[in-house]
Amino acid sequence: MEKKESFINQIGRARRAEFAIETLIRTLGFSSIGFVLLIFFFLLREGLPVFFEVRPGNLFSTQWYPTFDLYGTLPLILGSVLVTVTAVAIALPLGVATAVFVREVAPGWAREVLKPMIEVLAGIPSVVLGFFGMTLVAPLIRETLRVPTGLTAFTGALLLAYMALPTIISVAEDALDAVPKGYRDAALAMGATRWQTIWRVVVPAARSGIVTAVMLGMGRAIGETMAVMMVTGNAARMPLTADSLLRPVRTMTATIAAEMGEVAQGSVHYHALFGIGIVLFLLTFLINLAAASTIFKKRRRGGLR
Amino acid sequence: MTQLRECHQFQIRAAYILVVCLFLLLAVPLLVGCRPAPSNPEAAQVIENKGSDTLVNLALAWAESYMETHPEVHISVTGGGSGTGIAAMINGTVDLANASRAMKAEEIAAAEANGITPVEFTVARDAIAVVVHLSNPVSRLTLQQISDIYTMRITNWSEVGGEDRPIVLLSRESNSGTYVYFLENVIRLGDGDSDLLFAPDTLLMPSSEGISAEVRQNPNAIGYDGLGYVTPDQKVVAVARDEAGPYVLPSIETVNDGSYPISRPLYMYTAGEPTGVVAAYLGWILGEGQSLVPELGFVPLDAGR
Repeated sequence: MEKKESFINQIGRARRAEFAIETLIRTLGFSSIGFVLLIFFFLLREGLPVFFEVRPGNLFSTQWYPTFDLYGTLPLILGSVLVTVTAVAIALPLGVATAVFVREVAPGWAREVLKPMIEVLAGIPSVVLGFFGMTLVAPLIRETLRVPTGLTAFTGALLLAYMALPTIISVAEDALDAVPKGYRDAALAMGATRWQTIWRVVVPAARSGIVTAVMLGMGRAIGETMAVMMVTGNAARMPLTADSLLRPVRTMTATIAAEMGEVAQGSVHYHALFGIGIVLFLLTFLINLAAASTIFKKRRRGGLR
Repeated sequence: MTQLRECHQFQIRAAYILVVCLFLLLAVPLLVGCRPAPSNPEAAQVIENKGSDTLVNLALAWAESYMETHPEVHISVTGGGSGTGIAAMINGTVDLANASRAMKAEEIAAAEANGITPVEFTVARDAIAVVVHLSNPVSRLTLQQISDIYTMRITNWSEVGGEDRPIVLLSRESNSGTYVYFLENVIRLGDGDSDLLFAPDTLLMPSSEGISAEVRQNPNAIGYDGLGYVTPDQKVVAVARDEAGPYVLPSIETVNDGSYPISRPLYMYTAGEPTGVVAAYLGWILGEGQSLVPELGFVPLDAGR
């Protein structure tokens, strides 16, 4: 009888401990959602006033001179888009090709060396890359492409591509990894060459994963600040001419970083910078949503398509 | 050295943004209604001094020299820009704000809304030098020509007696005091009704070092910066008020006798009439401290009278 009681007590204690730990973990888990909501709340609170303080005609004009109450955000938005899209255009073929090589072609020992190296690539701080870009890449671009200055959208895109590469490679490699061995065996058995197997079977089978990789890389590129600020020249011009890629641009992130430190709190300029933050948040949110939806699509179709 | 400082400034900005984010996230809900307690100079003997990047080297030299003779006082000096310093003074986090421009009406209004009457002290004079690449044959420009260059009415060096090269415009960021001064007194030629702006193609560099780095390596570039920041690897251009006038190189003598056209006073601001340690320090700066001014490429006050 005594023994039984203590046994019940033990179970009760274990249950209580379990309940406490579960609650703790649940609180921690939900708190991250809370933090995201808080960030969003503050972003809206600080940024929304700008849409009432500044006329829409001014806010979406082409002149960004905050010192003189000209808050045209178009050159900044287009600047970010131009740099990001170019970066992805450079990083996509390189990243997918590297992933294919690492997963499908490279011998085992090479894969063991390459994978950690790619992860090291991701760990380089962007200030270091930015400095490298400013002192080495920019002069090189000015001399080889014969442009007036090496601080251009293209220089920024090159660095961003470099920064997005590790993300694209590792996610794309995981996607290739998930393609069942049977697909490859079947293709080879049908008489396909190794190249045909990779290009016509494995890569298309991993397509949704590769799209996710690109979206994540794009999310990394559009939010990157320090390196971009150091190499793009930060000129708030409209990047609409044909040579815009080889001219300086000003991105949204660089604008926020360069100006936030010296702005009077609560001023129109301050709200305008948070307004840009909202635009940036929405863009990254849409990109991540697109990435997530490809994952869901993949799941709904029961794996691969 | 330059490189280290460059990185350091970027890091400060990054750290600042990070801190602001964390602050918004965690501290704001807890601290609503709280104000930073006014520092007690008698007990702490600490003087916080923050602001203009143009003034930061001079302010450091003053602080170091003053602390040698007054070991009981500790002075901490940070840069960040005139706007940052003034904002910090308004928020009560620093005792002395360094500024390379006079406070704007809206800043004074913000200070008064906070119960603070800012007091202005002219502590030194500065000249803005116009710099080009060492190999550039152009050695003299009128104010009108500089204005035309920065508004892109002149876009090739051959139009001002140089080689057939495009002109790349460099400027400080728009919240730098140097930017506002240059715009009002050079681009707009001191005409209050003028609405000329920097051309959108102007590259905005986040620091003085950014300008010198680009001028050093790009033969197309033209930049401007405080005389105190010009290094021997840049070529300083002689400036004339008009075509007839003498072309004058900036130097301590030419700024003193008023013959160099682009010079300005530098200020320190206190929140209310200074008392105690801060008053003693300011008195020292305006007297004995002036002997340090020429060593840093600025122009001392007395010599100007």
